[in-house]
Amino acid sequence: MQKVSEKVIARARELMHDGTVSKVVGWKAGEFFYDCEPNVFETEESLKDLVYNRFCGANLSKYMIKNSIASGGEGAGKVLVLLKPCDTYSFNQLLTEHRIDRENVYILGVGCEGMCDIDRIRERGFKGITGVLEADSGNELVITTLYGEGKVNIDDVLLNKCDSCKGKAHKIYDELISDNEDEGPRGDRFEGVRELEAMSPEQRFAFWQAELSKCIRCNACRNACPACSCRKCVFDNNASGIASKANTDSFEEKMFHIIRAFHVAGRCTDCGECTRVCPQGIPLHLFNRKYIKDINDFYGEYAAGEEAGQRGPLISFTEQDIEPGHAVVKGGN
Amino acid sequence: MAVKIIPLNELEKLFAAVALTKKLYLPVEKAGQYDYAPWEPGTGYDPEVLHTVKSAKGVFFPQSEDLVRYKRDGFSLSIAQVAPEDEDFVVFGVHACDVAGFEVLDRVFLSDPVDTYYKARREHGTVVSVMCAKPEETCFCGTFGIDAEQPGGDVQSWISGDTLYMEALTQKGEALLDQLDGIIMDGNDAENRKAVNDAAEEHKEIMRKLPLADLTTDGFGKEADLLTLFGRPEWKELSSSCLGCGTCTYVCPTCQCYDIREYDTGHGISRFRVWDSCMYSDFTMMAHGSPRPDQLQRFRQRFMHKLKYYPDNYDGAFSCVGCGRCLQKCPISMNIVKVMKKLGGADND
Amino acid sequence: MSVNVSVNEPAVKAAAENAAGANTENKEWRPRIVAFCCNWCSYAGADLAGSSRLSYPADVKIIRVPCSCRVNPMFILKAFERGADGVILCGCHPGDCHYSTGNYYTRRRMALLFSMLDYIGVERGRTRVEWVSAAEGARFSAVMNDFVAKITELGENVKVGDLRCKK
Repeated sequence: MQKVSEKVIARARELMHDGTVSKVVGWKAGEFFYDCEPNVFETEESLKDLVYNRFCGANLSKYMIKNSIASGGEGAGKVLVLLKPCDTYSFNQLLTEHRIDRENVYILGVGCEGMCDIDRIRERGFKGITGVLEADSGNELVITTLYGEGKVNIDDVLLNKCDSCKGKAHKIYDELISDNEDEGPRGDRFEGVRELEAMSPEQRFAFWQAELSKCIRCNACRNACPACSCRKCVFDNNASGIASKANTDSFEEKMFHIIRAFHVAGRCTDCGECTRVCPQGIPLHLFNRKYIKDINDFYGEYAAGEEAGQRGPLISFTEQDIEPGHAVVKGGN
Repeated sequence: MAVKIIPLNELEKLFAAVALTKKLYLPVEKAGQYDYAPWEPGTGYDPEVLHTVKSAKGVFFPQSEDLVRYKRDGFSLSIAQVAPEDEDFVVFGVHACDVAGFEVLDRVFLSDPVDTYYKARREHGTVVSVMCAKPEETCFCGTFGIDAEQPGGDVQSWISGDTLYMEALTQKGEALLDQLDGIIMDGNDAENRKAVNDAAEEHKEIMRKLPLADLTTDGFGKEADLLTLFGRPEWKELSSSCLGCGTCTYVCPTCQCYDIREYDTGHGISRFRVWDSCMYSDFTMMAHGSPRPDQLQRFRQRFMHKLKYYPDNYDGAFSCVGCGRCLQKCPISMNIVKVMKKLGGADND
Repeated sequence: MSVNVSVNEPAVKAAAENAAGANTENKEWRPRIVAFCCNWCSYAGADLAGSSRLSYPADVKIIRVPCSCRVNPMFILKAFERGADGVILCGCHPGDCHYSTGNYYTRRRMALLFSMLDYIGVERGRTRVEWVSAAEGARFSAVMNDFVAKITELGENVKVGDLRCKK
């Protein structure tokens, strides 16, 4: 990771210096080692804060909607964006939907060995975390805290999305810096969905009731989602009757999550941002993956963002499609 | 006032005794996350939990509450105002930062025009604070002059070893401890004091070691020049990655903006108020549109409110208590500390 | 505080309540069914059922839509939120859509939505899609009778609704 990181930062500086790009969309060093924030770097000087490490989980594709269009002015150079393999799916999907001006973007594909989740480290009992070191063995992190030191296995503290990594191959890029061989997907991403499907309706209802009643309606899942790119969301439309902002005695948060996932069904690349950003730790990917699994089962395997320009399953049909009544039975088993 | 004690493993008894006559709120685990919720037998209490996801403010200022219900029954229309809280309740386990958060809300809701609903809850609620167990690297309550070792409220308490030490600070607090007589014990007051002081000293030692211990409010507050701060070019970069979600405002113990909405039930209307977020595009929406059309302006509003407008209105008090929730929860890791370091005094660099 | 702004005479009030069906305590529970019917086939089918004097339960409230694919998933959820016990969506038979292909999209959308409702624990059978042509008055009546019977069997919808609508 260290080697790739150094190369990435050096290359970004070079591209800015030689005028290939005028802006860099990357991750900025935070207050602590783990709170790297997405940032738009506009000067060579500011690039001193550019980082690429184990805590750069944020998907930068969505920022390119604003930044690729805005840079189109006269004399403005391209915008460099750093994309991990899974981020490139979202980028492709946005290209498919004509939300990004490809001409203005220079994609630097960056190799990824899995991103760590500070919340998962905290869940393992670490409090007051002040530092982290990747152990020489390469599969352990040494965590220093105000209350002592400890080790964790990296595989145990990866982001939820990395548990079922789609593979190390970038689907779109102008230039690649990666040491990784593509070993294909990791884990079974539908495992969680199958577990739920195997439950009784009452158990499933109880599960979602408990999870969704935690929802604070902050909209982080929607706003972080690269597929949610409507200029005006229906849930922000005060005339829609569904813009309550919070639940009182309501079914609305359930409706919100069903519809949120439905609106991106067939377009969701399973990038995992919704689950990563949820302040309440709701496993929102279980909604999206249910739709993905059903789409695969009903209409054939489909991976949104695999390549730009694909026709999504909800904007096409065949005459022999499954009837909704049968779908419920098939989808549930 | 004497310090009273109760072994930690008898807390369940204490909760049950409180719950006999009053509703009791405390941090409760639900699907892996802690939030304040009513106590039920067997709920338990984990003193190690530093923060609930949402702050304790919801006990006095719920995220959503009905105000008025209109109902149509045939040809008759009834309008019923939802009555303000009229039953006593206790909130247990609040840490110093959240208690200070109540004071921030008090200045807003209890000054003219007084918020009836908030006032009723404040009057009926008794706050039992506990000194936090293990402050995190994200904590910076000291920056705002909060004494984490004297958490405040109506009753303040400390945990040392396997004992909870409680001391009443107000009449309401005394009444509560009196009610619990027989469950909590007196013991030797000098010894109790010593145990409390030792625990506080130990805690202070950790507070000194926190990475944000040196953060100051220099450059903000009443003395800062509003327009200079408002016009700083750094706001653009700081806000460039803000997603415009409401996480920071909803987990914050001091954010107090709300919206009043109506819900059509099909046979009536229910008017309710909900927390609002200045990060949203429809915040303070007016007939002509939003006064803050871009995320930059919305982002700036939030931090200017906490660090400049609020101090201007309330005699220099800041509307941040350094609990660090936004540091832990922001999806893109932007937060008030980064803003303060970027725009504040040289000491913070 | 409770202010009554309108008629407050007990007798008048009771009469009004009876007229509006508010006095539900003495009545047998009846399901509330929302049926979205496409203008070109199913709505005409309902018409034919009526003019052919074929009956179907009055519990079914028909909402006419230009095409079955006009029905946004939100419409269905909103109907449940406001207290529907069952929602049925009727359109032209596949291949017969007035707009050529609208119902094919409906079919895919509803397959996913219904499967999702099942996934969150809603009883199977509260939602249904049926294709009913303008010539199928008898079928319309049969479908509605069957759906109402099924929903009556499932009972009241308690899982997906807003409590405020029940107060």
